Amino acid sequence: MAEKRLAIWVVVEQNQGKLASVSIEVLGQAARLVETASALSGGVAVVLLGDQVGDLAEELSAYGVDQVYWVDDPRLKHYQNDSYSGVLQRLVEREKPDILLFGATGAGEELAPTLAARLSTGLAAHCTGLDVNADGQLVMKVPAFGGRVLGEIFCPNTRPQMASIKPGTFTVPQRRAGRGEIVREDASSLLLDTDIRLTTVDVLQSEPLGLPLEKADVVIAGGYGMGSKKNWGLLEQLAAELQGAVGCTRPALDEGWTAGEHTMIGTSGKTVRPKVYLGCGISGAAHHAAGIKDSGVIINVNRDALAPAHAYSDYCVTADAKKVVEALLEEIRRTKNEKRGR
Amino acid sequence: MEIAVLLKPVPDPAQYDKIQIDPATGILVREGLKTVINPEDKHALEAALQLKEQYGGRVALIGMAPASAVETFREGLAMGAEEAFLCSDRAFAGADSLATSRVLAAAVKKAGPFDLVLSGSTSADGGTAHVPSQVGELLGFAHLTHVIQFEIGSDGLASVRTKMENGYRESRGRLPLVLGIRRELNTPRYISLMGIMAAQGKPVHVWSLDDLGLDKGKVGLAGSPTQPGKLYQPDMKRKGEVLQGEAWEVAQRLVGIFRSTGILG
Ligand SMILES: Cc1cc2nc3c(=O)[nH]c(=O)nc-3n(C[C@H](O)[C@H](O)[C@H](O)COP(=O)(O)OP(=O)(O)OC[C@H]3O[C@@H](n4cnc5c(N)ncnc54)[C@H](O)[C@@H]3O)c2cc1C
Ligand SMILES: Cc1cc2nc3c(=O)[nH]c(=O)nc-3n(C[C@H](O)[C@H](O)[C@H](O)COP(=O)(O)OP(=O)(O)OC[C@H]3O[C@@H](n4cnc5c(N)ncnc54)[C@H](O)[C@@H]3O)c2cc1C
Repeated sequence: MAEKRLAIWVVVEQNQGKLASVSIEVLGQAARLVETASALSGGVAVVLLGDQVGDLAEELSAYGVDQVYWVDDPRLKHYQNDSYSGVLQRLVEREKPDILLFGATGAGEELAPTLAARLSTGLAAHCTGLDVNADGQLVMKVPAFGGRVLGEIFCPNTRPQMASIKPGTFTVPQRRAGRGEIVREDASSLLLDTDIRLTTVDVLQSEPLGLPLEKADVVIAGGYGMGSKKNWGLLEQLAAELQGAVGCTRPALDEGWTAGEHTMIGTSGKTVRPKVYLGCGISGAAHHAAGIKDSGVIINVNRDALAPAHAYSDYCVTADAKKVVEALLEEIRRTKNEKRGR
Repeated sequence: MEIAVLLKPVPDPAQYDKIQIDPATGILVREGLKTVINPEDKHALEAALQLKEQYGGRVALIGMAPASAVETFREGLAMGAEEAFLCSDRAFAGADSLATSRVLAAAVKKAGPFDLVLSGSTSADGGTAHVPSQVGELLGFAHLTHVIQFEIGSDGLASVRTKMENGYRESRGRLPLVLGIRRELNTPRYISLMGIMAAQGKPVHVWSLDDLGLDKGKVGLAGSPTQPGKLYQPDMKRKGEVLQGEAWEVAQRLVGIFRSTGILG
């Protein structure tokens, strides 16, 4: 059997034995590209680095992956740019993939540009779309100016073509039948002690309490127009009634009204795609709008009829947000009670 | 401590809603937008000034921008930096992150030696977040980005906290380092009148391609491994049906909409 060329590599991220969801999202795009792009020949490989992460290699092989490059070593237990980029550089130089994809996470945003600099190749940041044109070139769609502008980026003359993708940009694909081959690489030849200039001394990660914004069917988002922490409590009540989650803009976060940075939506925060998004007292800056554009129904309440948020809404309410939220709470509770009474 | 701060002049992010793409030419129209210091770079500069206060030394500003950006660098000098190095040459135009980083790294070498290079983690305009890591690589310095806290001991040992999803990572390493700073790190100082006056007398060196001794094929659009294609504005427009009436009437309509989407039983 002729060996299948592995055109697209996805560098996956694991933290303390758990795969990052963005890695699976990116894998979905890689699988889509090899299946749909006729000008691209070859399969998908993933690269997994860690310490005793064999079970993750198994898990990964079920997402339309032809091969898993698995590098296991105690020195790779935690991500550190020096050690991880050393291994990746040697693997990439040996195997020469066409395309190299990363999640644009805290770690990915160090690792991807580091490798691009070492390989003197192009990297497109925070892609919102990936396609292959008739010449077999990757067309990478990237945002700039906080999402106000999108641009196409090509990497015509150097390989690999590199791209990063933010968490939540794409949805998680289904698992599939069939498994890829798992190839355990020899870590000692890929990782040298002299690579390591920095050491990770501590990692602290904890899932925030409550329903994560990116998994909620209903997102109640509040902005500076909510006016106070007390009014913010109304949004939390509304989200609770609808089994949704509360999101925020940067000014609301800065005011200290919110549950924290993990609830901020937009270019520097989360991307959400709920069935219903309700914005309250949000002007609709590009920075925020970029994080909600794929929502099902978009509703905004703003006392200013000319607020930019109204332009990207399915339904607009020009009114005081506090009053509308209070009325909504009352109406939802009333109808719930009526049902119960019946 | 000798510290370089990478300072990027950017169009004021509060005005990005005014940016348009000319439908006929496909060119970005950003006329009338004020130029400001990239917001995160002020946090980087603040951190540098605090270290100077602690250890002595000097803070130099380094940037690549058109010569008209001199005034933006004066603002950084007014905050308290000693001098500025502005890399400005027609050959630098159209640079991607790697071609930009080559110029910045060359300037850091020429203006140095530095113990520490601080930058923002992400610019407000291009916003790739590549430059801190790429400058680090080209200088041969270890580097970390998305820094939310750090300390440097008098022995040159640094403890650096970087932001991760739902948490952080703590790293340790020796100077020299490049650190990409996030806004959570500190609150930048205000510019004082004294500072503005002092800045007028501080040197701003303007360096060309030749001054930096770089190959023309490695900078600007020609030296960029990424090449730009079409630009466009995302079309986010939706039907915009206006719900009118008293708050209770609007609430009834909204409950109806919630029901029809299945999120409310
Ligand atoms: C629509 C559009 C899309 C783009 N997409 C890409 C892309 O996908 N890949 C790519 O490589 N390039 C891309 N670019 C080009 C990129 O934005 C520029 O190369 C830019 O000069 C440097 O990158 P940045 O602004 O993204 O910097 P970032 O890496 O986001 O900036 C981080 C920090 O680096 C420092 N810094 C960055 N630039 C300078 C400077 N000129 N002077 C001083 N300090 C600086 C600042 O401290 C800044 O806070 C794009 C540009 C546009 C307009
Ligand atoms: C580099 C950078 C990155 C950024 N990233 C993000 C990001 O990821 N996410 C984000 O959200 N922002 C981000 N921002 C900030 C962004 O540019 C906007 O400033 C922000 O989104 C505006 O938030 P807002 O709508 O809450 O506040 P404002 O723009 O102040 O709007 C408040 C709105 O409330 C309305 N209002 C006031 N009172 C009432 C009332 N009683 N009832 C109803 N309406 C009322 C007003 O008419 C107004 O439209 C970023 C900025 C920069 C520079």
